[in-house]
Amino acid sequence: MGSGILVFCESDGGTIKKTAFELLTKARELAGALGGSVSAVLIGGGDTQALGVHGAETIYQVEGDAFGPYTTGSYTRALQTVIGQADAAVVLGAASPLGKDLFPRLAARLDAGLATECTALAVSGGNLTGIRPVYGGKALTEVTLTSATALATVRPNSFSIEPGAAAGNVVAVEVALGDGDALTEVVEVKASASEVVDLTEAERIVAGGRSLKSEENFQSVIVPLANVIGATPGASRAAVDAGYTPHSWQVGQTGKVVNPQLYIACGISGAIQHLAGMRTSKVIVAVNKDPEAPIFAHASYGIVDDLFEVCPALTSALEAALR
Amino acid sequence: MKIGVCLKQVPATDSAIKVNADASGIVTDDVKWIVNPYDEYALEAALQLKEAGKASEVVVLCMGGADADARIKDGLARGAGSAVRLDDPAFAGSDSLGVARVLAAAAQKAEIGLLLCGRQAVDTDNWQVPAMTAEVLGWGQISAISSLELDGETLEADRAAGGGSTHVVQTRLPAVLTCDKGLNTPRFATLKGIMMAKRKKIAVWGAGDLGLDAGQVGAAASHVTVTSYTPPAARPAGRIIDGYSAAAKAQELVRLLREEAKVI
Repeated sequence: MGSGILVFCESDGGTIKKTAFELLTKARELAGALGGSVSAVLIGGGDTQALGVHGAETIYQVEGDAFGPYTTGSYTRALQTVIGQADAAVVLGAASPLGKDLFPRLAARLDAGLATECTALAVSGGNLTGIRPVYGGKALTEVTLTSATALATVRPNSFSIEPGAAAGNVVAVEVALGDGDALTEVVEVKASASEVVDLTEAERIVAGGRSLKSEENFQSVIVPLANVIGATPGASRAAVDAGYTPHSWQVGQTGKVVNPQLYIACGISGAIQHLAGMRTSKVIVAVNKDPEAPIFAHASYGIVDDLFEVCPALTSALEAALR
Repeated sequence: MKIGVCLKQVPATDSAIKVNADASGIVTDDVKWIVNPYDEYALEAALQLKEAGKASEVVVLCMGGADADARIKDGLARGAGSAVRLDDPAFAGSDSLGVARVLAAAAQKAEIGLLLCGRQAVDTDNWQVPAMTAEVLGWGQISAISSLELDGETLEADRAAGGGSTHVVQTRLPAVLTCDKGLNTPRFATLKGIMMAKRKKIAVWGAGDLGLDAGQVGAAASHVTVTSYTPPAARPAGRIIDGYSAAAKAQELVRLLREEAKVI
């Protein structure tokens, strides 16, 4: 039976992702109840000092040619090795595209319980518990993990970040890979054309609905508003199905579930499957001509007016305010 | 090569979901049931590979009770050749890993060479079973694919890697792939397909057929216990911003976002 909490820290081109610091902050709190220390695992390079500043006593670092672009097999083997070395009882990661692929494979390898997409974590009776939205957030479940090693992934922006200095000793880990660890290969990485943060990790989102009427209007109305506040643009299913935006922009139960500080919904009526994808946003702004639109029942602030007038005015007002 | 398609029955995404009186689950009385939307992309991908002469048969694998037969028939009506329902009291209370062991054993028994799944089921939103199934089988996996090519034994697929970047990933058969929206446009069942599906028998396999015991599946083997269901917290009432023009309302909104909500 292990002890202590290991946080899998993702980095993007050497920059450690914000979710790593969110998880380390939460791990310190959980370690208070669970006992043991907080450690971090980093695959590839990155600012290990920052991990220490946020509470990692030990940082297990895995480097090597096999750990370039993410592949399931090499990362699963690396995590399995580090978990053994750290003797961790709890392993946390982000519910990112990488975490969604890696953690279930790892859980099956370890015969361990896994709670995915958690929005809260706690310790109860010596076991890790998590709150997980189900049915696209239309209900919440509380789950208890009873395996010797407990795994959980957490939605980005679920926890605040607070520094809490720890030793931050870096330990280089050698991972021996076999043929069975190379089942997949990344043959090409197509970088994103835009520099915006992924919807699932975004702190601010500006989304448009079918009322935008065209792809051009998304580019001329939604994108400039998003740009002025560094937001990621999004869309409703109706707008995606109408071909106004790529599928990757879709927010909702059959798109991306988002968790930003600010969500601005423009011309989105608020279908139940859309609300399911964004209801945990801290502040929701709705702009819609129809005062009866269901979105207003969920909005922190509503403007009943034509989005084609409000959005450009909002863009200018924000520009002036932030200048 | 036979392609297996995992198909799950879930509440329609436009359903309201209510938690039941003892907080142990949801009220299912008024729920309209559908095939998990992401599984439709998996089925369509399988049917297209069969039509391209790259697969001999498409087999639907569905874990569930007899109430799921209508969803399985939907899969058969769209063109799947055969179907197996995985049903046994011994499966009750399985966690995702238990489900994965059932699907892995079924894939082996059905001699599946490629297993296609939806990226997630939109009821429990776990995103776990396909990758766990791949691990149990020792097969390669590619999650949430938006394109798919099969050339001989080599599979190549695009997957969103986060931050808008895409990885082009290769693996070899046998493999497990999960399908995302954008991969294809699922077909509707034809009248002829519906008539043919009516005559097809759905095989039912239990733990004994799959060589599984209570140490591997069911509540006793589960590491994850759902202790309660709750409705999401109601959002505090918001306010409608008044103003004599769109510009005035926008101006007031910016003030509120900065001074009251403090998010700008």
